[in-house]
Amino acid sequence: MSHIQIKNLKKSYVDKRRVARSGKPDAASQEIVVLDDINLEFEEGEMVCILGPSGCGKSTMLRMIAGFDQPTSGEVLINGEPIDGPRADNIFVFQHSGLLPWMTVWENVELGLRHLEDKEEKDKTIQEYITMVELTGFEHHYPHQLSGGMQRRAELARAIAVNPDTLIMDEPFSGLDFLTHMKVREEVVNMHEYIKKTTLIVTHDIDDALIMGDRVIVMSGRPSHVKLEKKLNFGRPRDLARNHELSELREEIFFMLGISYAV
Amino acid sequence: MFRKKITFPLITFLGVLILWELITRFSGWSHQVFPSPLAVLISMQELVINGELLKQSVASLFRVTIGFFLAVILGIPLGIILGRLEIAKLLFNPLVQFLRPISPLAWIPLAMLWFGIGDQPAIFLIFLSSFFPMVVSTSVAVETIKPTFFQVAANFNFSRYDVITKIVIPAITPEVITALRLTITIAWLVVVAAEMIAVQSGLGYMILDSRNALRMDYVMVGMIVIGIIGLFLDFMMRALGNIESTAWGRLSK
Repeated sequence: MSHIQIKNLKKSYVDKRRVARSGKPDAASQEIVVLDDINLEFEEGEMVCILGPSGCGKSTMLRMIAGFDQPTSGEVLINGEPIDGPRADNIFVFQHSGLLPWMTVWENVELGLRHLEDKEEKDKTIQEYITMVELTGFEHHYPHQLSGGMQRRAELARAIAVNPDTLIMDEPFSGLDFLTHMKVREEVVNMHEYIKKTTLIVTHDIDDALIMGDRVIVMSGRPSHVKLEKKLNFGRPRDLARNHELSELREEIFFMLGISYAV
Repeated sequence: MFRKKITFPLITFLGVLILWELITRFSGWSHQVFPSPLAVLISMQELVINGELLKQSVASLFRVTIGFFLAVILGIPLGIILGRLEIAKLLFNPLVQFLRPISPLAWIPLAMLWFGIGDQPAIFLIFLSSFFPMVVSTSVAVETIKPTFFQVAANFNFSRYDVITKIVIPAITPEVITALRLTITIAWLVVVAAEMIAVQSGLGYMILDSRNALRMDYVMVGMIVIGIIGLFLDFMMRALGNIESTAWGRLSK
């Protein structure tokens, strides 16, 4: 059985303002379908990158997998059980910082380890993950005292410190400058090699998806459905320019997303 | 940098003093009506030495402290409840919004009837003046907490108690500190007015009493001291904002 299964997932909402303007009392005719009949499976330990035009509902899908949002119909199963809400083995990494700004890096990483009774063991674990993301020396800094890239790394440390079964990342590199983007991306890849947990990443960057993913999924515009699913059986690090298969796939996805030639 | 911060305001104050002196000399008003800066300074010295000024200042500060403190310890929790619980908001928010624009001074007749003359009616008025702004600012601050923070809390299995202590309270602290600053100023404005009517002591009473004795120099001393204490109160509240874990509120917005 797959780790995560998405079955006939549909998400829609009614735009109340539009209903009022149209003057029709029939709300169903004004229903906006975001996701329509999505069926996907994610294997244990797999890193899957999800691409799609902006506003296509890929973030909405992630939020439903995290339990923040309920499907209109269909279901999301983790190990065969439907999700009933957010939980600590299913960690969401937010698009813009999800760090709590009134807590230091140390206190943020501690959030998922509050249940540990043994203070020594807890401190050791916190330090271990802070060291892993190379934030040694910044343990007692507040998020606003860190650069954008360091904030992302701190959030990564917090996410993996709980030893979750699934990591869900919503555009984890958005808003970072080019070099920082590369660096944090490398960090995520290394982290995944190391912990081997199911990792779902929504991105709008085709190169990110091709370089990182064990599999790439392309979604269409609204109402969104799965347009392409492709296994990427390539070793890492990957070089898009030299790998013929990947660069062809890249061009294909560009075309699929409505750009007639790859840049 | 530091020097500019000190010297520039001093220049302004000096300018006001000179203007004041010029008016007393050339306006033709009698010194009874418009005492000179020097006359006021001498009167101030007199009031400091005989202990009158300290006594009245302490009386006013005592009332403000009690009234403001009560308003804060009741207003912040009520604000949090209104911001978090839909039902509480539906029940109480209209009442709060209705009572809020009624000037505390309009309560003076009732306050005097209920509590007589003395500290109690003044404290009651200060409480009223501070309570509603604290409730409203706190509830607005709670409502505008980024939803992300609550999602993080849910993701990391926070209990309801943890959500209040680890998310809500720290998240609203920067806004609450701003509200404290604005509110203590209102409380300080109201105590002077309340003391002119409801009590026989305090800086407000001193000003009124001096007017009745036609001692405008004492009136001016009272005003200056009120200004200085007001500055000091604001400074104290502002110092709260320097706590390190609240710095994000100033920097990341």
